[in-house]
Amino acid sequence: MEQLIRLLNENARLSNAQLAVMLNKTEDEVANMILEAERQGVIRGYHVLVDQEKLGTPQVTALIELQVTPKRDRGFEVVADAVMQYAEVESVYLMSGSYDLLAVVTGADFKDIAFFVARKLATLDGVKSTATHFILSRYKDRGVVMNEEETVDRRSPIL
Amino acid sequence: MIDYDRILSKKAVRLRPSGIRKFFDIANSMEGVISLGVGEPDFKTPWQVRAAGIKNLERGETWYSANAGLAELREEISRYLHRRFRLSYDAKDEIMVTVGGSEAIDLTVRALVEPGDEVLIVEPSFVAYAPIVSLMDGVPVAIPTRAENDFRLTAEELRAHITPRTKLLVFPFPNNPTGAVMRREHLEEIAAVLRDTDIIVLSDEIYGELTYGAPHVSLASIEGMQERTVLVNGFSKAYAMTGWRLGYAAGPKPLLRQMLKIHQYAVMCAPTTSQYAAIEALKNCDADIRKMQQEYDMRRRFVVFSFNKMGLPCFEPQGAFYVFPSIASTGLTSQEFCEQLLYHKKVAVVPGDAFGESGEGYIRVSYSYSINHLMEALRLIEEFLQELDRR
Repeated sequence: MEQLIRLLNENARLSNAQLAVMLNKTEDEVANMILEAERQGVIRGYHVLVDQEKLGTPQVTALIELQVTPKRDRGFEVVADAVMQYAEVESVYLMSGSYDLLAVVTGADFKDIAFFVARKLATLDGVKSTATHFILSRYKDRGVVMNEEETVDRRSPIL
Repeated sequence: MIDYDRILSKKAVRLRPSGIRKFFDIANSMEGVISLGVGEPDFKTPWQVRAAGIKNLERGETWYSANAGLAELREEISRYLHRRFRLSYDAKDEIMVTVGGSEAIDLTVRALVEPGDEVLIVEPSFVAYAPIVSLMDGVPVAIPTRAENDFRLTAEELRAHITPRTKLLVFPFPNNPTGAVMRREHLEEIAAVLRDTDIIVLSDEIYGELTYGAPHVSLASIEGMQERTVLVNGFSKAYAMTGWRLGYAAGPKPLLRQMLKIHQYAVMCAPTTSQYAAIEALKNCDADIRKMQQEYDMRRRFVVFSFNKMGLPCFEPQGAFYVFPSIASTGLTSQEFCEQLLYHKKVAVVPGDAFGESGEGYIRVSYSYSINHLMEALRLIEEFLQELDRR
């Protein structure tokens, strides 16, 4: 299973036939492994890794730190539930350390996100304070090095 | 003006230039070529090994080592050879550290070969053996291996090539470029031929960690073989350390003594920083080797399957990181196939005849690349074949 996940992580579009060859299994076995992983929620989905700049629809991403007053019985969940309802929010994490929740937010530009934080997040009941960190450059994203210069293979052909 | 042609060593000038150089110079000058030509791992040297090298540089312990290599490294090599291959070599005088496996090959030939001595070279194989033999005025004698024998050396073929002048057998398994391996039973047959002779074997086991299906068996571990074998190995392929230039030879004392003398005059010692890094590799990297080996194995199955599917019959390699599909069905020579593939699809593979005449009709494809890279290259090769059919 570990190898299967690793291969799909590298390229989720590998066909079952290709995976079967690499994993030394039958196509049916691979299909079942994937189905089972999906059923159990081990595999939660498949994503496209997009270079937004090349797509021509520039996008800004920010990491928003939220300090939250925990609610009786449900702790941070109430606020987390509210935060993750917004389409602008890509991910929400409960964090250890000096703040409580981390939200990854995308928008068309800096102003877009600033408005979203000021109007939607900061005003949520239970949110004490926010800190917004904009991503300026992506060097590596989900294991993929984004700068093509860095991925050039400098090995020479050797016999 | 100096007429260099007049003063250069005839022996050097006569050495066949690597025919493949020209081909790759063209490939390198083209934009966007997808190469399957490398002969080294695509993994980085494990981090803790690099860290050990950095630590050595930070401490500034960058002086020469003992000629034979750091005593601690030789101890670790001795332990490794025992742990992996059940071999017993005395770290003191039966192991020496060299500048890559290449230097160990060079030293073995130089310490043994007299003018006119015949050196048997199993082919197809790594390109350096015959030129080194020629530099010693030895006579390289190729023993071709065949696909129908799984590119193994058979006892009959070996016997048929032995003459009273045979001094050395170059025995390169797991094999570059075919990926062939010799299992214990095959080694026993070879040993039976050699045991009553004075022929020394240069057993180049640089790909010894990269076998699939069953662990590598060293020729030196077969009864009666240790006293007639120089075992060459190194860190390049197993630990992804090609640029560190570090290898070693293990063999009989009297032979090593001569090799060490030549080594001492030629290069003094192997790079010290690399030696410190290699100690870390041998001590703490067995798991890293296994992980890389598993990754290669996955790619190997995929590449073999893909070639067979597209109609280029491919022997299933059991070692190294190359496949060696036959391109005979295309009607092209190896060189023609590779040139046309490069021009039409910008994919670079190595013509099989670069590894000896018996490699004609084959191409060498390295799978030391990411799955995504391999998929793209294989797709283009398949397209190329379909267009060939239509022409």
